[in-house]
Amino acid sequence: MNILSAKNIKFVKDPLMDNNPISIQVLGICSALAVTVQMRTALVMSLAVMLVTAFSSLAISLIRNKIPSQIRIIVELAIIASLVILVDQILKAYLFDISKQLSVFVGLIITNCIVLGRAEAFALQQKPWPSFLDGIGNGLGYSMFLMTVSFGRELLGSGTLMGFRIIPDSFYAAGYQNMGLMVLAPGAFILLGLLIWVQRSVTGTVSE
Amino acid sequence: MYSNGYILRFAATVTIICSILLASAATLLKPAQEENIQTDIKKNILRAVQLIEPDQKYAKKDILDMFAKRMSSVVVDPAGTVIPNLTADEVNADETDRLPIYLLKDANGAVTAYCFPISGKGLWSTVKGYLALDSDLNTVRGITFYSHGETPGLGGEISKDWFIENFVGKKILDTNGSLVGITIEKGKLRADTKGKEHKVDGISGATLTGKGINEFLMGDLERFNPYFTILRNKVHNEVIS
Repeated sequence: MNILSAKNIKFVKDPLMDNNPISIQVLGICSALAVTVQMRTALVMSLAVMLVTAFSSLAISLIRNKIPSQIRIIVELAIIASLVILVDQILKAYLFDISKQLSVFVGLIITNCIVLGRAEAFALQQKPWPSFLDGIGNGLGYSMFLMTVSFGRELLGSGTLMGFRIIPDSFYAAGYQNMGLMVLAPGAFILLGLLIWVQRSVTGTVSE
Repeated sequence: MYSNGYILRFAATVTIICSILLASAATLLKPAQEENIQTDIKKNILRAVQLIEPDQKYAKKDILDMFAKRMSSVVVDPAGTVIPNLTADEVNADETDRLPIYLLKDANGAVTAYCFPISGKGLWSTVKGYLALDSDLNTVRGITFYSHGETPGLGGEISKDWFIENFVGKKILDTNGSLVGITIEKGKLRADTKGKEHKVDGISGATLTGKGINEFLMGDLERFNPYFTILRNKVHNEVIS
């Protein structure tokens, strides 16, 4: 079996555009609003979600024939929760400042519908490698939106990107002001709405 | 269909594997996490005495160096007597009979700021922080809250710069010299609010967090006040003689 066959590549590419978890399925919106004030936190959050989705899908797919269907949701949640706690512990040990900024939202990855959604809809029926790729793909699809939204919010709201000053002081001297709306949750709603609009006009998706 | 016995065995296996994984991760990562927490506490003390800027990034080493170079400490008992040969590092923050105080000294060795731990119940969680007073033992030099579990965006705002900057320059004593502390108001201070030098703007939507802080802030000020009173009298007597 070719591990990067056209079929497998499709598992990664599909969630980026045609089946994006945020813009098409509108999942994981809560964290997309909360952690996108700065690109740095959004990047760490994206990586965390991607790792959790990929490895939980992999683990669940590996034991998919053994899981009794009566308790499958609990088993899936136990696996997801363990991975999330693991990620949280690692962040606390090596990226303390960012983990403080992300606060409860790392823990809330457990309730992110994307993770459980992929486990239920994909990993329970598919082989481990496609499940892993599907997790990566969905994580990337989520990351793509998070990074785009946080790019706009940090640039307009704070005048910085990844913490570096982009808008020069002379602009502020000339009367330019940061957009306070972008730092707050409504700013994320507006950007996210615009992005979903753009994305759906490109793919031509219409929801009933 | 699976038998009940199989389901139980399966659940037990998954649980055991998950707990072993998490327990070993927690044990392995504990030293690194502990170190980060200690550095963060030192950073907050330095922030409370206004040695570091809020927006600036500091390397772990810089924080530890600066702390070792600029800060010293004393430990006092509840009556305000200094316990000799004891530094704040040897005392737990939650002890009630040994109170740690960090001192910021200038080049001549004169104390320019006193910083001590504050903690108590917010709305959901225990809030921990540091309060620093100027050398007059009346003016607030700075305050920080480094650990809390309040709602992000509401009570969680207490650790944000805009909130803690409100405290700077406020007075804990009234004109007669008796302790009144600092109160977080409900909502913003109005132009006609009385006693503005003892009050700061509240956070809308987080009145109860503010109420909790008011209570423990006053309690902690009272705990440390015997020592500060001794110091104030000493300065007073020196001025007279």
